[in-house]
Amino acid sequence: MPTTDHAVVLRGAGRRYGERAALCDVSLELETGSTLVVFGPNGAGKTTLLRMLATLLRPHAGEVRVLGHELPGDGYAVRGRIGFLGHEPLLYRELSGRENLRFHARLHRAAPARVEAVLEAVGMQARADDPVAELSRGMVQRLAIARAVLHEPELLLLDEPLANLDPAAAAQVQPLIGRASGRTRVLTSHDPAGGLAGADLALGLKAGRAALLAPAAGVTPEQIAELYA
Amino acid sequence: MRETVAALLAKDLALELRTREAVPAMVLFSVTTYVIFHFGLDRDTVEGDLAAGVLWVTLLFASILGINRLFVAEHEQGGFDGFLLAPVDRTALFVAKALALFAFLCVVELVAVPAFAVLLLGPSPGQALPGLVLVLALANAGIAATGTLVAALAIQTRARDLIVPLLALPLLVPVVLAAARTTAPLFAQGGAEPLPGDWLAVLALYDLVFALIAYAVFDFLLED
Repeated sequence: MPTTDHAVVLRGAGRRYGERAALCDVSLELETGSTLVVFGPNGAGKTTLLRMLATLLRPHAGEVRVLGHELPGDGYAVRGRIGFLGHEPLLYRELSGRENLRFHARLHRAAPARVEAVLEAVGMQARADDPVAELSRGMVQRLAIARAVLHEPELLLLDEPLANLDPAAAAQVQPLIGRASGRTRVLTSHDPAGGLAGADLALGLKAGRAALLAPAAGVTPEQIAELYA
Repeated sequence: MRETVAALLAKDLALELRTREAVPAMVLFSVTTYVIFHFGLDRDTVEGDLAAGVLWVTLLFASILGINRLFVAEHEQGGFDGFLLAPVDRTALFVAKALALFAFLCVVELVAVPAFAVLLLGPSPGQALPGLVLVLALANAGIAATGTLVAALAIQTRARDLIVPLLALPLLVPVVLAAARTTAPLFAQGGAEPLPGDWLAVLALYDLVFALIAYAVFDFLLED
């Protein structure tokens, strides 16, 4: 039985887009404070899984519990406790980074001081007043990370969080979204070694189904490579 | 909800000030249309029913341009997801967007109505102004409520540019009809006459009904 120690519980969870099953019969339990890394080729269902956990997509089958609340019914109770970083930065291009973060801070009732704190944490204070449209992809990603952790969420849902970041920037954001953050994390990755190193549990998706689910310490990069074969 | 609406509205107004995508296009369309009417009708001035009709049909079509752009930033830049991830009342988005559209229409009318008076209107507009402001406010409220609902519906489709006029124009016919009938006495040849109370009531009733409908169903439009 899942307990409140489990931040995420899936029981036969599924999601369809029309006739196509994007996610099918996925079951797992993720303890609070742990990290789940999700591997799989393009179209395997990784993003669908994250969006479902983020309450942005309704599950069409099975049971989905996040932070002790069943989705989609209790979605309102978990929004605001989730930090979501998807492929899109969810930032308005014509507004500056600081304006975007202030806007999200107001939506999440986060203290205005948090905006400056996260800007400093991602090293974007110097360019915080430039329109997002004028920033490089790496800088936009750093702002997107700042947006995702602005309200100090308990659960982080990260879709390839280090994409577009140079090594220095990737190291800089680790205290916010890495294992050191102490938060429960679900992240997707295409880097077997890097992904497994920071995770407690590994899920391999293939055509929407769980082809692999095991403690990360016992999974080899070769097993991950088989998912992409 | 007030804080959420304020945040969304401030963001929308800031975006419009930066991009200048909606309001300048609406203003340009209105003024150009009045110029076309000026030459197309082959008369120097209009008054009464004709003046009211020309004013409101032009403002209606101009509003379609604004309705079309209302949710574009949310759709193209992930604004919907950003909003849906926040622990807020989703109806706040409807209220904020309707207020933004209302504000856009008011700014457009600050230019378009004087342009109409200069280019087409026969009777002096001074006497009609208080009544006209009331009718403009009521009509804008109706257009904003219905327009926001239609815009939210259309943005989910591929054919947004077609869906907006196809849905909005029939739904807004009562607004234009009531607004034109209410405005016609204000533009009478012999000077402004009193506002017809029954048409004013129709306009107010339309606002109330469509605001309530939009408020009730908007949440479902945001559902996955």
